[in-house]
Amino acid sequence: MNSIVCVKQVPDPEAPPASFRIDSATNRMVPAAGVKPVLSPFDEYAIEAALRLKDAQGGKISILSLGKNLALDVVKKSLSMGADELYLLQDDAFEGGDSYSTAYALSLAIKKLGKFDLIFCGRQAADWDAGQVGSGIAELLGIPSITVASKVEAADGKARVERVLPDGREVVEVDLPALVTVSNELGEPRYPTLKGIMAAGKKPVTVWKASDLGADPAQLGRAGAKTNLLKLYAPVRETHCEIVEGETPEEAGAKMALRLRQAKLL
Amino acid sequence: MANSGIIIFGELGAGRLSSITLELLGAGRKLADALGQELAAIFLGHPVDPVVREAIAFGADKVYTIDNPALQEYLTEPSVAALEAACRQLSPEVLLLGQTAVGRDMAPRLAFRLGTGLAMDCVHLEVQADSRLLVATRPVYGGNALAEMTCPSARPQMATVRAKSQEALPRDDSRTGEVIPLSVSLPSSRSRLVERVRQEAAGVKLEDAEIIIAGGRGIGSAEGFQTLEELARLLSGAVGTTRAAVDANWRPSSDQIGLTGKIVAPTLYVAIAISGASQHLAGCSGSKNIVAINKDPDANIFKAAQYGVVGDYRKVLPAFLNKVKELLETS
Ligand SMILES: Cc1cc2nc3c(=O)[nH]c(=O)nc-3n(C[C@H](O)[C@H](O)[C@H](O)COP(=O)(O)OP(=O)(O)OC[C@H]3O[C@@H](n4cnc5c(N)ncnc54)[C@H](O)[C@@H]3O)c2cc1C
Ligand SMILES: Nc1ncnc2c1ncn2[C@@H]1O[C@H](COP(=O)(O)O)[C@@H](O)[C@H]1O
Repeated sequence: MNSIVCVKQVPDPEAPPASFRIDSATNRMVPAAGVKPVLSPFDEYAIEAALRLKDAQGGKISILSLGKNLALDVVKKSLSMGADELYLLQDDAFEGGDSYSTAYALSLAIKKLGKFDLIFCGRQAADWDAGQVGSGIAELLGIPSITVASKVEAADGKARVERVLPDGREVVEVDLPALVTVSNELGEPRYPTLKGIMAAGKKPVTVWKASDLGADPAQLGRAGAKTNLLKLYAPVRETHCEIVEGETPEEAGAKMALRLRQAKLL
Repeated sequence: MANSGIIIFGELGAGRLSSITLELLGAGRKLADALGQELAAIFLGHPVDPVVREAIAFGADKVYTIDNPALQEYLTEPSVAALEAACRQLSPEVLLLGQTAVGRDMAPRLAFRLGTGLAMDCVHLEVQADSRLLVATRPVYGGNALAEMTCPSARPQMATVRAKSQEALPRDDSRTGEVIPLSVSLPSSRSRLVERVRQEAAGVKLEDAEIIIAGGRGIGSAEGFQTLEELARLLSGAVGTTRAAVDANWRPSSDQIGLTGKIVAPTLYVAIAISGASQHLAGCSGSKNIVAINKDPDANIFKAAQYGVVGDYRKVLPAFLNKVKELLETS
């Protein structure tokens, strides 16, 4: 069972909201100093899904990441967790892209990698929250896609994928090769062990440029984007919070009930 | 041929147009009027429920239907192929879907197939005066920023729309319009539905509740939610939660509120031991009143709340509950 996992590096999405600042001149998010880059959280679940399949039946896991200024210790976490090889798509030609041009570049890299059974992506990246690239790659490769998975099993050229629904679950069987996007209901991704971290040091890391992929420049980065960002700005949140106090927490709780009654909310 | 018209993708729930569909019709009507074009709704199914005609009373000029055995249960491939065929026949200027389980699965594949751009999970839609382009506003960075996007040249301009972000129009049965079946041929699907398990909410449904009592990681255990359950029952409300409590297996994922959970907008949202991460607020910031109970005075939830108590919920909540009981008994 050979898998490919696409992972994106993002600024820590759990950093306090105050640490997200927008540079309106360039329409970019500039995270405050101290906000660490991390693997987009759902992508760690995608790696975990691939690792569980590998634990059960062996095979190889290749990791693909496209981005500028990728921090090696961040993207190599995938190798420390147990993946086998890492491919970094780094080239100015990839810059300024949208979901379309990103999926295009990743799909070319996947074709270059050759044979695979399953591709895993996160359900959405925690920076732009688009939720498009996974399905987009599948469409460009002409393979089926199953989104928002909480469990993945594979055998005999088919995968059984459990999906999360707003009010339950469903199980879908899909012919391989296929692409699956993974959600946190899969269960906690494993932490890298010390042994894993040592082993990762010896695993291959390959950098690919646009020319290595034989890409059509008109479909890459800014040139290939279908959408245009007009403006990026901070939401206005103008609430004033009335703090209800009391001598004791119990008193404060009771007073809150009275206050809400007074406001006709109870 | 120049593209023209707005099409919204309609969904049904419990034999009625779902609330997101009514919201899409409201949003679509505004865009259609701004562009001076028609608004149509499209429904897939087998058979297609005749109730889809009601889309006309809620703003549509036309209703298209695609009835095909492959569309009886939702599967990605036949549904995407059906909408693709409709778009090729009808050449819409704008195509809107709900940011629902189905919409978020189908929209990206369809956009890539049509070679067009897509903005997901939009909260505001508008026609730009000079360019006549659709400007779609979507929260990004978990809600820490808003992005205004356009799709300058490819068509249709596509967006999915967040639940409860748009106003539905009042029902107007005097509106007239046609229901037009489209015939399309669909490829066989490479995926098959094995089983689908739906959990019925015991009390009030979270999305419909006027009062929501939500608890987060600070509740500390599954048992800790019992007081919240009791309060919710007393107020005919529902219990909601954060992803942290779902990941800890204290609550089912169907209770999760937020960016990747449910979007709610009750009259009263009581957030207990919830820090107020932007991804959580994405699902509840439309609430008319937020009450926060948190032991950390600097918790972000106090920036979104109208009323707050700083303290340990283990002490604050039982006293709050008792007072509520007392108030309800004496009134
Ligand atoms: C892409 C993405 C999507 C996400 N989608 C969602 C989503 O849909 N919904 C969602 O909820 N989250 C989502 N998250 C996760 C989100 O970022 C937060 O991690 C999560 O909301 C935190 O949950 P919490 O507030 O329960 O926990 P915490 O942030 O740990 O907060 C616990 C709070 O409880 C308080 N507390 C502790 N003990 C007590 C006590 N005894 N009395 C009173 N207060 C107490 C603490 O002061 C703290 O403020 C998403 C994250 C990402 C990256
Ligand atoms: N630059 C990237 N490099 C590698 N994988 C990516 C990249 N962008 C998106 N992905 C994958 O696609 C998923 C969805 O991303 P998005 O559509 O941007 O929300 C992510 O969770 C990743 O698995």
